[in-house]
Amino acid sequence: MLELIEQFNVLNAFWVTIKLAFFSAILALILGTIMAIFRLSPVGVLQRFGAAYVTIFRNTPLTLIILLCSLGLWGQLGFEPASRDSDTFIVDLNFRLAIIGLAVYHAAFVCEAIRSGVNTIPLGQAEASRSLGLGFLQGLREIILPQAFRGAITPLGNVLIALIKNTTVAVAIGVTEAAYALRNMMEFRPDVFLLNFLVIAIGFVILTLPTGLFISWASQKWVVRR
Amino acid sequence: MTSSAAASQPLVVMENVNKHFGDLHVLQDINLSIAEKEVVVVIGPSGSGKSTLCRTINRLETYESGSITIGGEQLPQEGKELARLRADVGMVFQSFNLFSHKTILENVTLGPIKVRGIKKAEADKTGMELLDRVGVAHQAKKYPAQLSGGQQQRVAIARSLAMNPKVMLFDEPTSALDPEMINEVLEVMTSLAKSGMTMIVVTHEMGFARRAADRVVFMADGQILEQNIPEEFFNNPQSDRAKDFLGKIITH
Repeated sequence: MLELIEQFNVLNAFWVTIKLAFFSAILALILGTIMAIFRLSPVGVLQRFGAAYVTIFRNTPLTLIILLCSLGLWGQLGFEPASRDSDTFIVDLNFRLAIIGLAVYHAAFVCEAIRSGVNTIPLGQAEASRSLGLGFLQGLREIILPQAFRGAITPLGNVLIALIKNTTVAVAIGVTEAAYALRNMMEFRPDVFLLNFLVIAIGFVILTLPTGLFISWASQKWVVRR
Repeated sequence: MTSSAAASQPLVVMENVNKHFGDLHVLQDINLSIAEKEVVVVIGPSGSGKSTLCRTINRLETYESGSITIGGEQLPQEGKELARLRADVGMVFQSFNLFSHKTILENVTLGPIKVRGIKKAEADKTGMELLDRVGVAHQAKKYPAQLSGGQQQRVAIARSLAMNPKVMLFDEPTSALDPEMINEVLEVMTSLAKSGMTMIVVTHEMGFARRAADRVVFMADGQILEQNIPEEFFNNPQSDRAKDFLGKIITH
C-alpha cells in the first residue's frame, strides 16, 4: 500500500484535491452568498437572476460545467486565468478552470443552504431591525446573515463534503488530483485494482470524516438560542 | 393632562387610512391624531385591526389609501427616507424580537452605533444607563434566550429608547408574558408615560389604560368606534360594541 502511495504520488494528488476543494469552497461561499442576497433582495430583477442562477447550475451536470470551463470559457472565449510564460501554464490553467467550475456549480447549493438558514430566523428579527432604522443591507449584515449562517451550518457542511468528493470530476480536464492518480494506478497496476480503489477511498474518508465531525460540533457550538 | 396634550402640536396624524388583507377591510377610513406627549391606548377585540393600525405607523404594514404624517412629514414609501423616519419611531413587539445572536447590551447599542453613528464607548455608556433604568443592567452580557420574557421585553423597551424616539409604538407588549411578569413591564411603561414620552399602546391591559392613558381608542371591525378619556370610556361607553366588549372583560 505504501509502495503504491509512493509510486503514484498519491499524497501529492490529495494535496491538489485539498487545494481544489479549499479554493472552490471559498469562491462558492462568496458567490453563493451573493446569490442568496439577490434572492432575498426586494428588487425583482435580482430575485429572478438569483433564481435563474440556482436553477441553471443546480440542474447541470458538474462534468459538463467543468468541461465547459475548459472547452468553452478558455477554448472558445479565450478566458485564460494563467500566464503562458509560466513553466506550469497548463497545470495552473486547468487547476484554475476547475476551481471556477466547481465554485460556480456549488454556489447554487450554497445559495439554497443559506436561504434555508434564513428560514430558521423568525420574521420578527427583520421587523425589529427595520423598525430601528437599519437599511436592507445593514439589516442583512448585522441581523439576518449572521443568524442565517449559524442556522445553515449543517446544510453548508453537506455542500462542503459533496464538494470535496466532487473535485474528482476535475480529472476530466486533466487536473492531477486524487482521481487522476487513481486513473494512473488502474492503468499501470491493474493487478491490485481493489487496493487502488481502497487507497483513494481511504484518502477521501480521511478528508470528509473529520469535516463531518467538525460540522456537527460547530452546528452545536454556534447554534442561535431563541 | 388631556387638555395640555390637546393644546400641543399633533405628532402623528392618520387621515382616511384604508387597508385590506385580501377581502378583509382591516382598516376602514382611520382618522387619528396623536399629540406630542400624549399616551393613547388602543383597545378592542381580536381581529379589530388595532395591531395593524399600530404597524402602519412605521410602515411595517403598507396601506392603500389615506395619509400618515409624523411630525408633519409624510411617511415615506421606502428606502433611506423610510429608514431615517423609522429610527425616530420606537417599536416594541408582542414577541420582543430581541436579536438572538447579540448580547443584551449589543441589542441596545446596535441602533445608536449603526444608524446614529454614535461611538461604541458612548453608546455602551448610554446603553448601560438605559438597562439600569429598566432594571436589567446586571444582565448586560447575557443573551436574550437566557432572560425571562419580562426581562426581554424591558430590554426591548430600552433598545427603542436608545434611539431617542419621538414616539413609541407598543404592539400588545404584555400579551406573550406570563402573568407574574406583566406588571414589571407595565411599570416601566407607566414611568415612561409619566416622563412625557408620546406613546401609542395596543393592549388588553385595562388597568394600564385607566392608569396611564390620556385617551382610549376603541376599535372593532377595522373602525375606530369611540375615543375618550379613560374614565369616561370605561364608566360610560357610548357604542353597543364597546359596552359589549367591556361587559365581557369586566365579568371575567
